[in-house]
Amino acid sequence: MSDSKKTHWGEFVVEAGIRVMGFSTIGFVLLIFSFLLREGVPVFLKVSPANFLGVRWYPTFGLFGMLPLILGSMLVTVVAVTIALPLGVATAVFVREVAPNWAREILKPMIEVLAGIPSVVLGFFGMTIVAPMVRETLGVPTGLTAFAGALILAYMSLPTIISVAEDALDAVPNSYRDAALAMGATQWQTIWRVVVPAARSGIVTAVMLGMGRAIGETMAVMMVTGNAARMPLSLNALFRPVRTMTATIAAEMGEVARGSVHYHALFGIGIALFVLTFLVNLTAARVIFTKRRKGGLR
Amino acid sequence: MNRYQVQRIGFAALSLAALIVVLPILMVIASIVLRGIRAIGWEFLTAMPREGMKAGGIFPAVVGTLLLTLGTAVVCIPIGVGGAIYLAEYARDTWWTRAIRLAIVNLAGIPSIVYGLFGLGLFVLFLQFGTSLVAGSLTLAIMTLPVIISTAEGALRAVPTEFRTVSYSLGGTRWQGIRRIVLPQALPGIITGVILGLLRAVGETAPILFTVAAFYLPRLPHSLFDQTMALPYHLYVISTQVPGMPEHIQYGTALVLLAVVLSMNLVATVIRSYFRRRRQW
Repeated sequence: MSDSKKTHWGEFVVEAGIRVMGFSTIGFVLLIFSFLLREGVPVFLKVSPANFLGVRWYPTFGLFGMLPLILGSMLVTVVAVTIALPLGVATAVFVREVAPNWAREILKPMIEVLAGIPSVVLGFFGMTIVAPMVRETLGVPTGLTAFAGALILAYMSLPTIISVAEDALDAVPNSYRDAALAMGATQWQTIWRVVVPAARSGIVTAVMLGMGRAIGETMAVMMVTGNAARMPLSLNALFRPVRTMTATIAAEMGEVARGSVHYHALFGIGIALFVLTFLVNLTAARVIFTKRRKGGLR
Repeated sequence: MNRYQVQRIGFAALSLAALIVVLPILMVIASIVLRGIRAIGWEFLTAMPREGMKAGGIFPAVVGTLLLTLGTAVVCIPIGVGGAIYLAEYARDTWWTRAIRLAIVNLAGIPSIVYGLFGLGLFVLFLQFGTSLVAGSLTLAIMTLPVIISTAEGALRAVPTEFRTVSYSLGGTRWQGIRRIVLPQALPGIITGVILGLLRAVGETAPILFTVAAFYLPRLPHSLFDQTMALPYHLYVISTQVPGMPEHIQYGTALVLLAVVLSMNLVATVIRSYFRRRRQW
């Protein structure tokens, strides 16, 4: 009797522990946000809004305009997703609908390998090989440009886009395909007119998640984009150096004095990044949750 | 143009896209292997860096990465697997459970540099661990949690409900069923998830920038509260911060990092496919 009582108590402790671990993720998110706020909010008190919404980021002169950094991140991200979206969706369709088995056996592990390559390695590759290529083919003074960064970022977001898009295609019931084929459509017509439109919401999720990945990427972007905090306003800004929010934090945090305005400003950028990626992922998750409520069909 | 010709063109375009995706991956790996291989040798892996990193080896960076990965594993495996057990076996579909899922999605999406800021704010400064192995490992552990939780939950859910029902019907408690039946069955999947999570920790640079990484420290760390060099940060330093760095050392370091990550990837794949084939259900 006492023995069984002991196991009962042990079990109670274990299950309580598991419950705590389950809820710990909520705690971590709150902890992260509160520490960003703690270190970042002072900048909004010490620096006037006109200053940090300004167009110049020169911390040594007390100028903390985040606009060039935000636009830099947006430019690189948008171009990266524009490149990665068609490539990623086409690859997902190829893998899921068309590819012969042997091609699938090669493609899927290759994409996993790409997902595993550390960003600093891709950044190194971008610096030593992609940037010189960009410089020579486009005849620009330096290859370390927004465009080179966007290229690298596109490949970094491909694994996310491909795997989410593939899941979306998987979720399209086979009866859709059978019905289209039975009505005399070719396989291509089935894919183009039935399967891909049916997977639309999942593909939107894929793009959102890929975008979230691209906004937050740090090392590769810092090594490849040339890091000039200029406003990217004209179209050829794409072929000039640019500076992103992430790269600014990574490059400058090592050198600032703890507690200085500059230090708090970098945490301020961190808050902006946290909120931005939170919104992007929330939108993506909403699509996932609504899909689940309606069951398999959209 | 009839619709079969359209189909042929369409399929050709799809295969072209796949090719455009795959070729650069091969190019990255080939260029790093070809240019890095001549740096690799016993000395490169086991010697201290000399002459401002322009000669000698990368031993402290290799050891540092190993220690960091170990520290990360110690923290994130129990929390991650526990969290997955809660979600897969205990949680009902309530408002709270949805909040947990949202938190996981959010954790997975937070940029790595923001983890770095958080680690600096909480572990390095507030808890006064300093730039240390502890601070770096804890930061990396929180970053890898979402990967481990979601893959482990998937592995647990893949175990058929009947296994649990049979355990109940034999008089087992819920925890006994989980511990003796469900966990062992899900173990290969969980291990795969853990490896994939740690793989991310091995390669990340941004979270360790301000929490643990040392620019140039040609010795091993003395304690858990000591700084250390680490492979990804070392690659960043020697490719951007040190002028006149010999190319073969840069490529050699990139190759070592790539080899570590790819072999972990391979192990995870092998475990997954081996057990998937042997599985009886």
